[in-house]
Amino acid sequence: MSGGARLENANPLIFQRTGERLLTASEEDEDVADPIDDREIFDILLTPNYSYDPEHPLSLEELNVVEQVRVKVNDEESTVSVEFTPTIPHCSMATLIGLSVKVKLLRSLPARFKIDVHITPGTHVSEDAVNKQLADKERVAAALENSQLLEVVNQCLSTRPA
Amino acid sequence: MAADSIRLLDLVGDFVTGQVDSKATDVANGCVADFRLSLTSSESQTRGRGVQLLSQVLEECYTSLSEREVEVLVAFYENRLKDHYAITPHVLHGLKALAKCTVLPKGSAVSILKSLFQDVHVQSHGLANEFDCIPNHAELKGLGPDFVFGFVQAVDGERDPRNLLLAFQIARNIIHRGYNLSQFTEELFEVTSCYFPIDFTPVCRILTSFPSFLLPLIIEKLDSDMQNAKVDSLQTLAACASVYGHKELSDFLPSLWSSIRREVFQTASESVESAGLSALRALTSCLCRSVLTSNSEDSLHVFLDLVLKDCQHHLCEPDLKLVWPSAKLLQAASGASYRASLIVTAVVLPTLLEQYSSRTQCAQRRTLLEVVQGFIQPTASSWPAEGEETVLQPFRKSLCSVVFSALAESNASLQITAAKVLTKLGQQPGVLAQPDVEMAVDHLSRLVLEEHDAKVSLAVAECAGSLSRLHPAPFASRMIPKLKQEIFSGSSKPNVSYRCIMALASVSTQPSLVRESAPVLLQMLAAAHTGMSCCRIFSVEEVVSVCCSLQRIADQTPNTEEMGHFFHDVVIPRLLTLSLHAALQGENESGHSSPLIEEAVLSAIVPVINTACAALQTELATTMAAQAVYLFLDGDVSFLPENDCPSKIQLLRSQSWTQSQLVCLLMACVCSLPHSVDIPEFDRLLGQLEELSCTSTHPFSYTSAAKCFAGLINKRAAGQTLDGVLEKTLRRISVTLDNQSSAQRIQAFNLLVWMTKALLLRYHPLSAVLTDKVFSLMSDCLLASQAADCFELLMSDSPDVLNRSCHADVRIMYRQRFFAENSGKIVQGFNCAEQGKKSVYLKALSHIVNNLPRQVQLTELPSLLPVLLEALSCPDQVVQLSTLCCLQPALLDPPPALSTQLEALFSRLLPLTASPSMKVRIASLRCVHALSQLPEHMVLPFRAQVLRALASPLDDKKRLVRKEAVLARGEWWVFGNTLTATTM
Repeated sequence: MSGGARLENANPLIFQRTGERLLTASEEDEDVADPIDDREIFDILLTPNYSYDPEHPLSLEELNVVEQVRVKVNDEESTVSVEFTPTIPHCSMATLIGLSVKVKLLRSLPARFKIDVHITPGTHVSEDAVNKQLADKERVAAALENSQLLEVVNQCLSTRPA
Repeated sequence: MAADSIRLLDLVGDFVTGQVDSKATDVANGCVADFRLSLTSSESQTRGRGVQLLSQVLEECYTSLSEREVEVLVAFYENRLKDHYAITPHVLHGLKALAKCTVLPKGSAVSILKSLFQDVHVQSHGLANEFDCIPNHAELKGLGPDFVFGFVQAVDGERDPRNLLLAFQIARNIIHRGYNLSQFTEELFEVTSCYFPIDFTPVCRILTSFPSFLLPLIIEKLDSDMQNAKVDSLQTLAACASVYGHKELSDFLPSLWSSIRREVFQTASESVESAGLSALRALTSCLCRSVLTSNSEDSLHVFLDLVLKDCQHHLCEPDLKLVWPSAKLLQAASGASYRASLIVTAVVLPTLLEQYSSRTQCAQRRTLLEVVQGFIQPTASSWPAEGEETVLQPFRKSLCSVVFSALAESNASLQITAAKVLTKLGQQPGVLAQPDVEMAVDHLSRLVLEEHDAKVSLAVAECAGSLSRLHPAPFASRMIPKLKQEIFSGSSKPNVSYRCIMALASVSTQPSLVRESAPVLLQMLAAAHTGMSCCRIFSVEEVVSVCCSLQRIADQTPNTEEMGHFFHDVVIPRLLTLSLHAALQGENESGHSSPLIEEAVLSAIVPVINTACAALQTELATTMAAQAVYLFLDGDVSFLPENDCPSKIQLLRSQSWTQSQLVCLLMACVCSLPHSVDIPEFDRLLGQLEELSCTSTHPFSYTSAAKCFAGLINKRAAGQTLDGVLEKTLRRISVTLDNQSSAQRIQAFNLLVWMTKALLLRYHPLSAVLTDKVFSLMSDCLLASQAADCFELLMSDSPDVLNRSCHADVRIMYRQRFFAENSGKIVQGFNCAEQGKKSVYLKALSHIVNNLPRQVQLTELPSLLPVLLEALSCPDQVVQLSTLCCLQPALLDPPPALSTQLEALFSRLLPLTASPSMKVRIASLRCVHALSQLPEHMVLPFRAQVLRALASPLDDKKRLVRKEAVLARGEWWVFGNTLTATTM
């Protein structure tokens, strides 16, 4: 991020974070199976850069890019659908955010899942183009062959300090 | 050359063997004369060797040279500088020696330097000592600008970092000693500043001397893209603001501010942000120091107006991101001094308070309140001096009303923030007036009774605790009676009464409050015991939480004689009476049986008595010991209130478990007293305890008796009497243990373990015998597994006895000593044991290693690694788990020995991620996660294997396991991506 250059959206609206998931007794019980649910997927998406510091850095949740209501999972049918909302309709990072979300899910979910990532309808100027790119398996694979792009995506996903 | 060498040897020999030092000068002069041949030889190499020798001689004898000799030598050396470049190093060496002479003739230093600058091309020599030649004589000042110019030329283009460091040192001397820089000021700055902000701290120190050049440089560097450059510039700015005055800064303030603001507003890095904030704080405090003149405007006001203008409006947009950086900037400026905080709060607080009342959303109000919280806490430098009133004075009323209205909201996070603000307000004397505190206490009491959210309750308890320290009276008169009424109202739900019990402990921070709160809790215990109170029956859990609260009170009250008396005279006798009554009633009472015979309750009473007794002064402690001992030996109940017990009760010899288990209270009373206290009837007491611990069939009774025995012998003075008692007991234990069919082997083993622990802690010589006894039991067919587990007990701290807070005799590093003496035996036992019994040794080892301090673990790990790896493949889940727990922290900072064992480690670790035990799966995934942090070249070969193996835990049936798997697999994906762009 260049110091001299202006950010695209320097003063974004921030939203409140949901608290940490509360541990239930059944989760600690060896014999009970816990199905993969919406909240679990949501937590996976927030794990990178997730911070309890109220100010910095902002997580995808605080920017309202990802909301729990827009995450849908069906464990039995092995499908996941995530809608994300760019902070501004002409956000140039939309594809990168979508790609990061998709890669994160590919790496964190069992192989049986079919993963669908797309922009919340009506929130971005080039919604269709971005959705098409994200849905195209070969384009996603090709994008990840690009080592520079892969590095940026990995940076978005890593929990290590850069 | 050979002939020269011989003469040289002669001369040097003369010098070395010559007893008179002054001969050295003759030698030196002689050298120059005698070596005319070699020094004037046409071969540059020969000349070089000649000069080298001469320089070495001078190095040895420069102290004894006369002024005249030095002059000659200086002239010679200056001349040599013009010679072949190969000779220069030796010439410099000699000059360095000459420069150290105290008798350096006037003008020599100047002339040496002139020749140096003139003839030596610094860049062409990679010499570490070039700059050493520049002597720091006052005389050089006279050389003035010429010297500086020469120096600048010498430094310019220098590449050797050692020389650079030296150059920076000289530059600092040049500046600090006030050399005349005149027209070369800028050149000197340029030649140094080009090294900024490479990590040379000396540079920063030099640069601070040039404000007019430095400040533009900082502004320029802040515009750069490099994170380090930004942080360094901001830190330099903070450093020089503490040296500069207003005069140096004034021209640059607006641009400095806009750079700082931009960085703090835009950055995602915490280091840039905090550097920016400290720079702003330093600038502000610099302006605060500046002296006002009558005709100029107040520079602090002007600067803060600038800051306020740029930040204040962001505070009115609590939804947007910039509210936070703006608040932090303003808080940094306000924290610089009292005057700055006066100016800033006068503008900011009214805005924030007005915003609070105009906004209605809870999230916005919470943000505003959190910002307010940052402004009301004065820093060390902005704390009001004596006679000055707090900056919050004009806002007291409105702040209180905002806080109270927030406490009355139903939003949890708003309430929590309000409680924090209230805490901060209460900590500053003079902010809260009496009616405000009373109002606050009422609000807090209401929240204790009505608020169900656990986080709010915690915040309320903290706030009440902090306020009660400064304002005990309203808590005693308003809160405690309300809580008491609720507890005994009969209608309260269990979780409400839990909160009341907790709150009673939280506010008991002053003796006056303890005198109010502790009786309420004791009354609850009495009601629970009789079960006859006007209200409902108290559950065991409630009674336990009452005891926890009593323990907290005992822990946090100031250790005064007054409080000692209170616990000794009121609390402890009351607890003993209630337990005794319950025990005498026994369990066969029809209908209600007292909760005070429950093990859980007694175990909760023990820490109360422990903590109280440990704090008693000697005199009270001695009475306490006598009272407890005679109560248990002879049934003397005279010191107890309501002593209507039957006489002749013998608690330690009682057949009823309800009575014999009271021995845990005896332990609490006598084992935590200070060392100096003499226990009466010591031998009789030990005898009865031994008997009880060996013969009782009630586990809680015999364990407590063994603990009490251990606690007593740990503190007893060493000597023959003690040894006699110990040997007698040991004989009894051995006889019982050797008799395989005895019914009391478990009891004997239990006493053995506690005795071992007591002696181990104080390095008693008998402890080695006892330890060996325990080791021998590891091959016992019945006790093997208990013997392995007892190492956990031996190595960890017991909460209720034999720990430092009980004044036990605990030598430092007893664990290391135990490990050093015994690890070999375990490894040996492991190697000798037959296959089925190996796990016992692994379990013992993992207990010991797990309790070692981390530093020791790390140093011991290389030697233990093979055994620990073995332990991972041991089928016992307890062993697996404890080994994993021991490995995981070590993997975060791995010893070099690990690198050769990685293959074996992964092959054992990865199968454990599919273990039937959830805890083992989680622990092994954590280890795999930790391994991803090793250097890439070590773990890259395993990447594909790990990623494959971690695919199945992603689909684990337990969510907690999946969570660890996601974290670990994520990390294993991320590293090494540039080397291998693996597809999914």
